[in-house]
Amino acid sequence: MAMFDPNLAVTRFGYGFSPRVSAPASLSEIKVLLAGPDTMAQQYPIARYDDATPASEHFPLQQAVRRAEEGSQQRANRKRRLDAWVENAHEERRTYMVQHYLRLIRTQDALRERLVAFWTDHFSISIRHGHFRYLQMPLVEQAIRPHVTGRFVDMLKAVTLNPEMLDYLGQGRSYGPNSEIGRSDNVGLNENLARELLELHTLGVGGAYSQTDVRQLAELLTGLLYRRAWGFKYEWRAAEPGSETVLGKTYSGRDGWADIQQVLDDLAAHPTTALHIARKLVVHFVSSDPDQGLVENLAAVFRDTGGNLLAVTTAMLDDPRSWVPERTKIRPPQEFVAAGLRALNVSERDLRAMTMRDYNRTLLSPARRMGQQFMQPSGPDGFSEDAAHWLTPQFMAARIRWAMSMPERLKSRLPDPRSFVNTTLGGLASEDIYFVASAAQNRAEGVGLVLASPAFQRR
Amino acid sequence: MDRRRFLTALGCSAAAHPLITPVAMAQGPWDNRLVVIILRGGMDGIDAFRPVGDPNFARYRPKLNSKGALDLDGYWSLHPSLAPLFPLWQAGEMGFVPAVSTPYRGKRSHFEGQDLLEAGGPLPIGADPDGWLNRMIQTVPGLSADIAYSVGDTPARTLDGKAPVSQWSPGVHVGLNPHSSRLLGMIYENDPMFHAAAQDAIEMASVARADVGTSEEIDEAMQSEDMMGMMGGSVPKGNHVEVAKFAAARLLGPTRIASFSLSGWDTHGNQDFAIKRPLKSLAETILTLRAGLGPIWEKTGVLCMTEFGRTARQNGTQGTDHGTGGAMLYAGGALRGGRVGGPFPGLAEANLYDRRDIMPMADIRAHAAWVMHGLFGLGTSDLERNVFPGLDLGDNPELVL
Repeated sequence: MAMFDPNLAVTRFGYGFSPRVSAPASLSEIKVLLAGPDTMAQQYPIARYDDATPASEHFPLQQAVRRAEEGSQQRANRKRRLDAWVENAHEERRTYMVQHYLRLIRTQDALRERLVAFWTDHFSISIRHGHFRYLQMPLVEQAIRPHVTGRFVDMLKAVTLNPEMLDYLGQGRSYGPNSEIGRSDNVGLNENLARELLELHTLGVGGAYSQTDVRQLAELLTGLLYRRAWGFKYEWRAAEPGSETVLGKTYSGRDGWADIQQVLDDLAAHPTTALHIARKLVVHFVSSDPDQGLVENLAAVFRDTGGNLLAVTTAMLDDPRSWVPERTKIRPPQEFVAAGLRALNVSERDLRAMTMRDYNRTLLSPARRMGQQFMQPSGPDGFSEDAAHWLTPQFMAARIRWAMSMPERLKSRLPDPRSFVNTTLGGLASEDIYFVASAAQNRAEGVGLVLASPAFQRR
Repeated sequence: MDRRRFLTALGCSAAAHPLITPVAMAQGPWDNRLVVIILRGGMDGIDAFRPVGDPNFARYRPKLNSKGALDLDGYWSLHPSLAPLFPLWQAGEMGFVPAVSTPYRGKRSHFEGQDLLEAGGPLPIGADPDGWLNRMIQTVPGLSADIAYSVGDTPARTLDGKAPVSQWSPGVHVGLNPHSSRLLGMIYENDPMFHAAAQDAIEMASVARADVGTSEEIDEAMQSEDMMGMMGGSVPKGNHVEVAKFAAARLLGPTRIASFSLSGWDTHGNQDFAIKRPLKSLAETILTLRAGLGPIWEKTGVLCMTEFGRTARQNGTQGTDHGTGGAMLYAGGALRGGRVGGPFPGLAEANLYDRRDIMPMADIRAHAAWVMHGLFGLGTSDLERNVFPGLDLGDNPELVL
């Protein structure tokens, strides 16, 4: 039976080989790193959501500008303050971008970064408007990252109750139809968060829940309000009175906030959730056609440990079925370009000198053309796990273009393509790649061909 | 595909490319054209086409009853953002079926709903997810790949499957010199998936170049007086317009089927505002097809299908939640427009599905099947057995002229 192989380890469970960071030599090395401290978060910090430039400042500043008289001095002053806020938020976001890529280039504990990407996608939030777009990375830093080796239920609560999720899935304006506000303002429910909680975040669409459960959960969640002007709060006057029954369990509704915590606890502990999460992990890391035995093993560990994600991830590493030699998955675009930066070992100085425009031109826009917009999936179901999806002709064209043209813009002196084959592909290099690397007309062509190769793009 | 052909494809010029050399194009056995547009996210049928004649409508939707809707027949009115299509309604070139759905019921998931709509039925577990348009093409032997085009960034899954079809998306550039192409061909040689994808990418980039001429003619047609009148004086722009222009250009040639999708329909909040953009894009897409196709529009049917409709009542956030029955918009000179193409159950609570959604009165797949029967002469047994296995076609709704 197949077992640990460093070539599989760096691609399937990491961001690829690096000329700077040594690849894990054993399974236990990966596990020790993952169980240990999150050194990248310390070394390249990104503000937590609560510590980032507060989202709640943006909207009042905008409002103040609108209220001031057109052409007045007051308006000009307020506009300056708003512009300063936006400029500061942009700069913060650029700094997060630098830190993000530095982590991916420098880390030894690459599985942790892959887990952060996996869980960010599991709880997809795609917001294109307003101040939230500056806060997506701080949200991940606070609500996702600390929990990837912690408990699932803690992550579920941290993300579900974050203002961004409440806003994204319409919960921030959902009212119990019979609540005080619901009756007086003739407003009602929005089912979206309740539905996605069941369908995507916990049980999965195959789970045994019905439209009635969606509706009851939506009623139970009422009271969680969000406004741009004042942020998040629990508001009794918006909560649907009476009890609700979700998946056969009745919640009294007498203590709305405690009931919401309780239903999230119950959803996280539901046996179908264990199966759904286990399956998603295997589909993401190992194969889109998952081995049922492997899935059931991880689900059992999830259930036995109360959703301890370190234990579940470790079980995946320990299971020989995770080490099938065939690499049938394709690196999605963000991972592909990040692996490229890691293989090229782009310097900290160069990354810090890049403007947001440079990031857009060299990394974000190309990845968008490959089908993946940075932290903006097209819906709450996240990005595709299907290899064929990422290799449509138009996405393929964008991959080839990036590989052939961007390395020389990201690094002033490209390596000799022949040594680049070794440092980038390790034991995955085949004879034809050595041949084309030596037949390349120049360094950019040789390096590009290595990055465009199936050996580099598969995992 | 052998290596030699791959290397040729990678290195060759557009003019010499087999796919776009006119003599290499096989004619399909049909003269009519079918365009299938998937509206992703669940279009609110009763906002696009408002049953204002039902007194419940205003009651259910106090915030979704904006002024400026155009009266169609005293009972139905057309959303203001679809006003550019009003002349088509008058000319009998656009109509709608107000209450249809796929067999999907229950969980109202976009993703399951779209899968079922594009596959054309419930998928057997573990089956290859092929699309119904592809299965339709398979019933006619000997067609070439350019008979059908999947257009746009998101490949049309209606066309997924065993029968070869072509793909195109705006703005595909590969940017390889012949030397790099040759070397790349060598490293892709042993990986069939990369090999095929790269070859398609290169073909697509050359098709786009070769179509520049046709595109200019379509641009002229779009600036005609007729078209400018409908569009309120401005030439529409955007990805959807590029997609429609390309589809029209191919349909003027040997292509007979084109499929693509438009998204943005999931209007949970502030729908009065949020639905304007997708409706406008839809109207522009149809008018671009019409302008681009010129006289061929008379031989064309366009079906706009969505995974489900939305709740009859507006929700707490002045939007609507996922529902069941929805509307199918259709257009084209080959179809019988200017009329409501099917029954509507009304909005009385007892007539709603689950007391919340529009009750579907027919299977949307049956309408698609009858349109293919009418346009392409496909037999009903083929349609019921192979294209939509297990579907009962029912009576012909006579959408085709």
